[in-house]
Amino acid sequence: MIAFLDTLSQWMIPMTVLLIVVWAAVKGVPMYESFVTGAKEGFGVAVMIIPYLVAMLFVIKVFLASGIFADMKYGIGVAMEWAGLGTHTDSLDLMPLAFTRPLTGSGARAMLVELFQTHGPDGFLGNTATILMGSSETTFYILAIYYGSVQIKKIRHTLAACLLADLVGIVIALFIGYLVFGGR
Amino acid sequence: MLNKVWFCLLFIGIVYGFARASYESMFLPEAKQPSAVAEESDAAKADEVLPEIGFGAMGKRLNAAMLDAADLAVKTCIFLIGIMALWLGILNIAKDAGLVDAFARLLQPLMRLLFPEIPTGHPAQGAVLMNLSANMLGLDNAATPMGLKAMRELQELNPAKDTATNSMAMFLAINTSSVTLIPFTIIGLRAAAGSKNPAEPVLSMLLATLVSTIIAILITRWMAGWRRFRVAADSLAADGDIPPSPVEEEAPR
Repeated sequence: MIAFLDTLSQWMIPMTVLLIVVWAAVKGVPMYESFVTGAKEGFGVAVMIIPYLVAMLFVIKVFLASGIFADMKYGIGVAMEWAGLGTHTDSLDLMPLAFTRPLTGSGARAMLVELFQTHGPDGFLGNTATILMGSSETTFYILAIYYGSVQIKKIRHTLAACLLADLVGIVIALFIGYLVFGGR
Repeated sequence: MLNKVWFCLLFIGIVYGFARASYESMFLPEAKQPSAVAEESDAAKADEVLPEIGFGAMGKRLNAAMLDAADLAVKTCIFLIGIMALWLGILNIAKDAGLVDAFARLLQPLMRLLFPEIPTGHPAQGAVLMNLSANMLGLDNAATPMGLKAMRELQELNPAKDTATNSMAMFLAINTSSVTLIPFTIIGLRAAAGSKNPAEPVLSMLLATLVSTIIAILITRWMAGWRRFRVAADSLAADGDIPPSPVEEEAPR
């Protein structure tokens, strides 16, 4: 089952590319020129990320290097053991990512890069962090931009609903992560 | 807001590092024995992260962290240039081939279900559909202007101009839980970190985001009926945007 899903996962990108290319061929789009036009943007996008990533990685790295997070994790581990929950403190490493995800896009990206560097991208943590990152968005930013653009001040249930949904999303990401990548 | 968080992280990081170093150098014997601190945090990792104790070591760690951050950021992004060029090229083909419109047509039947307040044929419908389709394809640059247009159209339908409607809340809830078919930037970041199998969690991501979006929709529906989130009675009487029933009967479908 897992092997089949993995195969399916591997084929998603090639199949999407095939769909796009065949569709474009049917529509008679000049593909090569179109590709190059889009690819030029890629350079700008990747380079534009750098300053934000440096700013965010800088503070995150300093924060982590001070040892405060390791100490906090230790404290929570003790508390969990005392409460009889065992010490599943490894998934606590995802906590900073889960907190930054709704707040800032560049911050979450930096968290992800840092997590990949420390724990590797292919383990349980790396894969679960990927799922977490891919299944949610920068809630606060989107709400601010979209509601700000039409001067709406009373947002009623929007924020509460979005944050609750984010929380459920985190739980789902953790669940799927444990299910598929738990053994690593 | 971001400025404050940024400052706090940096400030706490350095001050905590200083405090911890003072504690270490005052109460713990010099590096000879494996320090109590290294033992108390979890074994193997602590050896990598906290090999030495004392002021000198802490300062060294903080410096290394700063320089490492700059280095890592640039290396990651340089690696990302090729990947982003590749994927944005493919996406541009999709855009030119009108795949966004095709997706919008595919999603059309869902509109009545998700946005019962938008009359069929209203321009808001088209704008919402285009935004959601662009988001699904991962066309972030194209999605935002369409999303803002959708908000303007939804505002047209809004009787109380400073208060969000149910449609707006639903639109943003779907937006913030983001169904993206292939989040290629994240796959690129995995590759940049030296993953042996960057595309491995693609399906898991899709599954997670599908489930979380469905739940976001249900939660938003459900909360729209809460009494504390109702709009004042006089503004809703006019249009029927919010069902005028006094009790919260609007159960999730």
